[in-house]
Amino acid sequence: MIASSRSPLTFLVHLSVLLLVALWTLPTAGLLISSLRDKDQLAVSGWWTALSTSSQNLAGRAASPEEQVEKDGRFVLSGNLLDGANAKVSAFGFRPMQPAAFEAGATADIGDGQTLTVNEDGSYEIVSPTRMEGTRGQRIFYTAAVPPRFTLDNYREVLSAEGIGASFINSLTVAIPATIIPILVAAFCAYALAWMPFPGRAILIAVVVGLLVVPLQMSLIPLLKLYNGVGAFFGVPAKTYVGIWLAHMGFGLPLAVYLLRNYMAGLPREIMESARVDGASDFDIFVKIILPLSFPALASFAIFQFLWTWNDLLVAMVFLGTGNDELVLTGRLVNLLGSRGGNWEILTASAFITIVVPLIVFFSLQRYLVRGLLAGSVKGG
Amino acid sequence: MQQLLFAVFTMIGGVLACVLYFFGTNWLLDRLFPSKGRMGAEASRNLRITNAIRPWLFMAPALLALGIYLVYPVFESFRLSFHDRTGRTFVGLSNYAWMLRDGEFRQSIFNNFLWLLVVPALSTFFGLVIAALTDRIWWGNIAKTLIFMPMAISFVGAAVIWKFVYDYRAAGNEQIGLLNALVVWLGGTPEAWMTIPFWNNFFLMVILIWIQTGFAMVILSAALRGIPEETIEAAVIDGANGFQIFFKIMVPQIWGTIAVVWTTITILVLKVFDIVLAMTNGQWQTQVLANLMFDWMFRGGGDFGRGATIAVVIMVLVIPIMIWNIRNATKEMEGR
Repeated sequence: MIASSRSPLTFLVHLSVLLLVALWTLPTAGLLISSLRDKDQLAVSGWWTALSTSSQNLAGRAASPEEQVEKDGRFVLSGNLLDGANAKVSAFGFRPMQPAAFEAGATADIGDGQTLTVNEDGSYEIVSPTRMEGTRGQRIFYTAAVPPRFTLDNYREVLSAEGIGASFINSLTVAIPATIIPILVAAFCAYALAWMPFPGRAILIAVVVGLLVVPLQMSLIPLLKLYNGVGAFFGVPAKTYVGIWLAHMGFGLPLAVYLLRNYMAGLPREIMESARVDGASDFDIFVKIILPLSFPALASFAIFQFLWTWNDLLVAMVFLGTGNDELVLTGRLVNLLGSRGGNWEILTASAFITIVVPLIVFFSLQRYLVRGLLAGSVKGG
Repeated sequence: MQQLLFAVFTMIGGVLACVLYFFGTNWLLDRLFPSKGRMGAEASRNLRITNAIRPWLFMAPALLALGIYLVYPVFESFRLSFHDRTGRTFVGLSNYAWMLRDGEFRQSIFNNFLWLLVVPALSTFFGLVIAALTDRIWWGNIAKTLIFMPMAISFVGAAVIWKFVYDYRAAGNEQIGLLNALVVWLGGTPEAWMTIPFWNNFFLMVILIWIQTGFAMVILSAALRGIPEETIEAAVIDGANGFQIFFKIMVPQIWGTIAVVWTTITILVLKVFDIVLAMTNGQWQTQVLANLMFDWMFRGGGDFGRGATIAVVIMVLVIPIMIWNIRNATKEMEGR
């Protein structure tokens, strides 16, 4: 636009955009990569080292003395610490305070004339001049270089053990009806506000614009009271899916009506007038002409509403229970942040499952999202 | 699975109910006041009646829902703010008096103003800069998509993402949080960022800026493209350089849009709740109004009076923007 000719600034522009993009994507990338890493590696090294070999301090136990064999008058106990895993031992020790006292391949004196040798490949040998006693094997601490390992174990664990799988279903249960039901309600209202003349129309439109920005916080307490009252009156639980669907519908309607009204008001008047001349009623015009023509606006709103209901935490916390069959993904994630604060393998995998659906929606339907954003913000000036 | 089926059935049921309502009432209206096939005065009288009633039939479900879920609560919250924790005993202004004396509330208001100063400004600034820069390079659309992406991520998801970035291990251990690793690499000592009062607010704000910049960028990018080419060409001919064109020609032409983006993010900031709840839950002096309100809603069995009072404060802060929006929308409609 400005620099039609190649200015020396062009390089700088590329560089700064690249920097900004990196800044905006790295946090998410870190989450995704971490969620796929082995949990022991994740705990000790940054995700940006995921592709390099990491060094870990591990502990193992030698085989039980019952398995010792007598060889040339000495008693020998041997085995492998790594058990076939693809890693390299660099150091070892037999005291917890000195886990890396000896280099791999060296021989350590562990008392009573016994010696311990651990080799690079993890094989160990305990040699004793007398018969070893007891049933518990010797503790061995070692440092191993473990090659990068990627796994889906974290996902497997959170989906079953941490209840993320159940919450995923709960989130879908909340989001789907809460997205679809308001559309028709809003569309009829928007048509009336756009094309049917009646007294008080301008005021109603102004009210809708005003309601667009009413903070949700204003609604919470009165509605909680209302729900509790309704629940007590009919003897039903106050926190139900029906309740949250209706709540999401109510909170989404101002945007829906506003978006759709703006869109419908922009449709050419001639279409409607010629239909009316042909004897079509308002109802026919709406169902047969306006509704199909408004598809882009309907899609925009549906995407917004879906993202908003899926990502919502506040409404779900207030209007939906916390049982296993009601807790939504965002709520579960907040709970995990409290209970499993340090277990990053669980948090990262759970978080990624939470954000993957919106991301798919985002990347596949971005066009409609942008259009909706452009139509949805009240134009100034 | 069963509940998903239940959800799908309810959805179909809900949609069918809507269809039935709209068809049914419309059919009934045409039945009660038929205009087709009638003569003269009666036909025109009936037509007038149906035309007066039909809009309200169309709007009834939406107006009902808006009334119950948004209009009634605004008045009810206002009323509750003058009552005690149960909402039954009138206590006059004592909730407001409590609020002004309460240290936590003052902390929240202070933090909220910090958020209001920083987040809309930086989001809009970054949005504008990125919009202007990406318009000039061939891979601009890819860059935009990637920067826009956090918009789709929930606040809670974003909180986990950034908590991981801010993760802290005691000095000497290998840092797995990006920020601390960077600090250590540059020769500093790692910090538990979330526990440093005052500055931790800014670390929380970063999350919202990260999410909202994409929104600002999309809208401002469209506005920049709407600038008439001639004004820029004229400036080029007059010898203006890139910066002059951007700040003196382009930015003034999109002031209106910048204001819209700014106010939209401002409203979002006033309602910010999830991020603070998930990251610190108001500890280490990071409390904000929306989280404080949620806290009082359930604290000790729930104090509806105080909760409603805090909600009213948020509402009062929103009202100027609401009026400005309504005036703009009305002006726009008259122009049509």
